Formats: sequence, C-alpha cells, structure tokens
Amino acid sequence: MMNPVQPKPCTILDVHKESAHEWTFRVETDAKVSHGQFMQLSIPKIGECPISVSAQGDGWLEFTIRNVGKVTNVIFEKTAGDTLFLRGPYGKGWPVDQFQGKHVVVITGGTGLAPVRSMLNCFASQPDMVKSVHLISGFKNEEGIVFHKELEAWKEKFSTIYALDNDTKEGWRTGMVTAFVKEIPWDSFEGNYAVVVVGPPPMMKFTGLELLKNGVDAEKIWMSFERKMSCAVGKCGHCRIDETYVCLDGPVFPYTVARDLVD
Amino acid sequence: MGYTLNTAQANQVLAALRKDYTVYAPKRFRNQGRYSATDVIRYDEVERWEDIVWDVKSDYPAKEVLTPIQQAIFYFTEDEYRESKGPKKPILVLARPCDINAQHVQAKIYAGNGGYTDLYYERMRELVKFAMMECNGGDDTCFCVSMGTNKTDDYSLALKFSEDGVQVQVTDDAFAPYFEGQPEADYTPAFVEENELKVTLPDLEDKEVRKALKNHPMWKEYDARCISCGSCTVACSTCTCFTTRDIIYGDNPEVGERRRVTSSCQIAGFDQMAGQREFRSTAGDRMRYKVLHKFHDYKARFEDSHMCVGCGRCTHRCPELISISATLNKVSAAVDEIKAGQAKQ
Ligand code: SF4
Ligand code: SF4
Repeated sequence: MMNPVQPKPCTILDVHKESAHEWTFRVETDAKVSHGQFMQLSIPKIGECPISVSAQGDGWLEFTIRNVGKVTNVIFEKTAGDTLFLRGPYGKGWPVDQFQGKHVVVITGGTGLAPVRSMLNCFASQPDMVKSVHLISGFKNEEGIVFHKELEAWKEKFSTIYALDNDTKEGWRTGMVTAFVKEIPWDSFEGNYAVVVVGPPPMMKFTGLELLKNGVDAEKIWMSFERKMSCAVGKCGHCRIDETYVCLDGPVFPYTVARDLVD
Repeated sequence: MGYTLNTAQANQVLAALRKDYTVYAPKRFRNQGRYSATDVIRYDEVERWEDIVWDVKSDYPAKEVLTPIQQAIFYFTEDEYRESKGPKKPILVLARPCDINAQHVQAKIYAGNGGYTDLYYERMRELVKFAMMECNGGDDTCFCVSMGTNKTDDYSLALKFSEDGVQVQVTDDAFAPYFEGQPEADYTPAFVEENELKVTLPDLEDKEVRKALKNHPMWKEYDARCISCGSCTVACSTCTCFTTRDIIYGDNPEVGERRRVTSSCQIAGFDQMAGQREFRSTAGDRMRYKVLHKFHDYKARFEDSHMCVGCGRCTHRCPELISISATLNKVSAAVDEIKAGQAKQ
C-alpha cells in the first residue's frame, strides 16, 4: 500500500539569504508541482511543516522559509549538500488556466509573495499568457523585503507598486497594500481580470473588503491560506475550517469560499 | 448459528480464538481512575473471559485498538524514514454498536478524505473483525438512539453476556470452527430502542443561521467552564485528530522515531503555527469548533452521518461536568432564537 506521508531524502543545491529571517532553499527533486501548491518538509529529530513552493525549474524546487519554529530553525543550519526530506506536492494551487488571457492583479503582504513567485516568474517569461500583470507588494520594513532580484526584474515586465508599511525607501511607497488598490485601472480591464491576494490573515481580510469597495467582482478574487498541518492529506485535522480542509481543498480558495470560512 | 456457553466453555472458545486472533475487549484497570480508588475501563488484549467488562460501558472507546493514543509511524536515521511495521495477526474487537458505528465515521476521514488512504489506519482496519456486544442499555449519558447509531450489522459474532456466561450468534462462517462441539441454542441480538436521554439535533442547514450561531454569546459560557484539557476528545469514539512528533532515542541522538500522537481541538495551540497567533484562542471558540464539526461540518462533507455516535463518553470524562447533550440543547435554543429573529426582519 502507498504511504502518503512517506518523506523522501533530497539534496540541498543552494541556500540563498533573502533577508535576515527568510532564506530560500533550492532542493533537488523531480516532483511536479503546480503554481501555489505546497510540500511537507521534514528533518529527522525535529518534525515536519508545510512550505509553499516559491520557484521551480528542471529537477529542482525552491522553498522560502521564515526562521520561526522548531523545524525551520534547524533548516537554517543546513547548507548545500545537506539532506532535507520532502513529500508532496499537496493541495490545489492557482487556477492558472483561468487566468490566461486576463489582466491579473496580484496583491501580496510580506512573504505572501512566496506562494505566487513561481506563477509571476512564469508570467514574466511568457508574456503572452496574460493581458497584463499588476503587482502590489507590501513589506513591513526594509529588512522584511524578499526576492530583491525578482522585484527589480518584474518592474520591467509588470506594473508594480512596492510599499513599506511605515518606512520610506527610494522608489517605494509608504502605506498598507490596501491603500493602493484604488490605483489599479479596474475600469480599463472591462471585466476581464483576476485578482490574487496572499499575506497574513488580517491583510487578506482587509484587502478583500477594499477590493469589493472598488467594485471588484468577488467571483474574480483568489486567496491562499496557511494553516497548521501535521499530515497534509486530510487526516490530522489541524487545518480544518468548517467542512473545508485547507490541505485538500486549498491552500488556494476562491474569495467567495474564503470569506465565509470561520476558524 | 447460535450457542449458549458457560464461562468455562467461553474460555475454551476464547483460547481457540486467541490462536488466530488478538482479542481486544474492555478491561478493568484497578485504581487507575481519575479519583483515588477508582478504576478505569479501557480496551486491552484479553486472555481470560472473566476479564471482559460487559456490564458497564468502557470509559475509553474501541478506537484505541485501531488508532492508539500514540504509535510509531516511521523509524528514522540521518538519511532515511523507514515505515513502522503493523501487526500481522488478525484482530477481534468486542464492541458495542456505538463503537462499531464510530469506526465507519473514522474510516471516512482516515480511509477516504481527499482521496488519500492512511496506511496506518487501513492496515489495522483490514485486520479487524467485530464481535458485537449486545448493549444492556448503557447509562444516563448515552443517546445512541437519537443519533441512529444503536444498531449495526457490521459484526462477525454477536454476544449477549450474563453472569452465567454468554449467548452467541455466529454470522461469519470463518468463526464457526471455534464453536464446534459447543452447546447450540438460537440467539438473535437485540438493540437498544430507547435511551433515558433524548437529544433533539439542532437544524443547522441554513448558512446564515450557522453564521449567527458562531457569533452567539452561548459559547462564552465555556470560556469560564471548560479548562481546555481535551479529555472529551480523547474519550470520544469518533475523534481522529493527531499531531506528529519526532522522538530521539536517549542512547543515540542520530536515530529515533516519528510518532503519531492523539491531539485535540480543545487544547490551546491546536491551530497555532510557529511564530503566529492562535485562530481559536478561547475555550468557547474551541467548543464552538468541536460542536459544529460533530453536528454539522462532518456531515456536510461526508454526507451520511454526524460525527457523534451518542456514546456519552465525553460527558462522562469531562472534569468540569460539561455535558454534550446539554450543550446541544443550548445550541437548539440558540438556533430557535436566531430563527425567530430572522423571521421578524
Ligand atoms: S461527541 Fe461525545 S457522545 Fe458523541 S461520539 Fe464523541 S464522546 Fe460520544
Ligand atoms: S469540555 Fe470538559 S473534557 Fe472537554 S476540554 Fe473542556 S473541560 Fe476538558
């Protein structure tokens, strides 16, 4: 019988420090992942945690990890050549098929950029896929900024608004991402758009409300959730909200579903 | 085929069965109860017929045989996670109808949800056959009839215990040989048709009603009463939640095991991710989450039944005397109030 929670050893190819607390690990694996899906990372002696795939290429995946927990602390001691254990991919990612030919608006808070990074890179390298990309990315402060290189590169490909919550930075705006929603040229999209929102729960809640205030159609908004998980296959119960399992039915949800979920 | 056995004959059959099956039944553990000089009745392997506790309901459910409180799921070294081995010998579990029905609930989650089958559950479930213990009526916390879980036909043997011995119905031919030569006598099991306790399930079909219920002040009461100990879910016949934990063996820090440990949505931190705040931070939030899962959410997902078999064990084990049936009555009252409010609008 297949064991859906069997971790497989994988070699770390590269470790890249995005910020003091967020590092990206490139890991050798032939797992085929859709944009927005996640995998379970484990380290013997420590345990497991779900991490979204932040980039993918031929024979490798990247995971951007924040140094906050028991598992992640130990991952931060690993270097190229060391072993990580992976299982997955799990969950439902972004409905990229539905985004094709549309104006795509992506709004992220902090490391919420990680679960959309591989999709954004895909749009950047295949500009014909979508009509346009508008990206609003907010970070708490300068130290919190991740994916510096890509943020620069995307400026050339997308319409971008980058912001720090309270601090100032040259070329950057100051304020919460919600403040910039009205600057998106919604009317020019003629209804042919999709909106993607990822970030901490309060950020997603208020961004959703702000979008509705700007006349955005609730049916065209998508969000990605993050919840505690032990198994990622609908057994352990930690990520369940109402009759929904974030690991199985998410992590990406249509806003019309997401807004009614009560933890 | 039916038999009537005295205790000595029942022991002969048990001895014969034990050659081919590991037999589990409720057993009394002296002085291991919550208060001094109280016993606890829980599932364990039985060797002697007299050890089977049949006259009162077990404190802990039959699920502990299939999904133990903790179990090793992998053994690990630096570079490998090796799957633990399950038992090889078939298992016979003596259980009341509520406990048998509870396995159908657990199976929906473990062996189907999301298209994933849990290996550790399935390898046990495949080995298990049930000997249904005819229920003598349970106690004042039981409400199986209200839940429709008083009956089952998922058993290989049916047993009716008495002081003198046991009446047996064999419904699975594979068990006939163990009874060869024993005194035959027809026996057809009866099921409990009425409990002292009757519960009216709240109507939670309407989404707006549920929304209002989630914000209803009734849950606040539990902030003061419930101590978030999780005893109710550990004792629950159907609760499935677990956490995985890696344990290092003391003498060698490089090897250890990944364990699955029973968890509870009633305890603090159940939904908490590293470095983040809890979603359900009060006992009231957690009670609301549990009750709605048991009496709405599970059924909304899996369709055929609620996630409660009315065994009453949660009520029985709660140190704060919180009763699930009383809670359900409060939910029903809150729902009536919400509906009346909606009608006025
Ligand atoms: S919720 Fe209570 S009554 Fe229902 S199955 Fe669980 S322990 Fe038994
Ligand atoms: S309801 Fe009772 S048994 Fe359950 S967590 Fe609260 S205090 Fe503990």
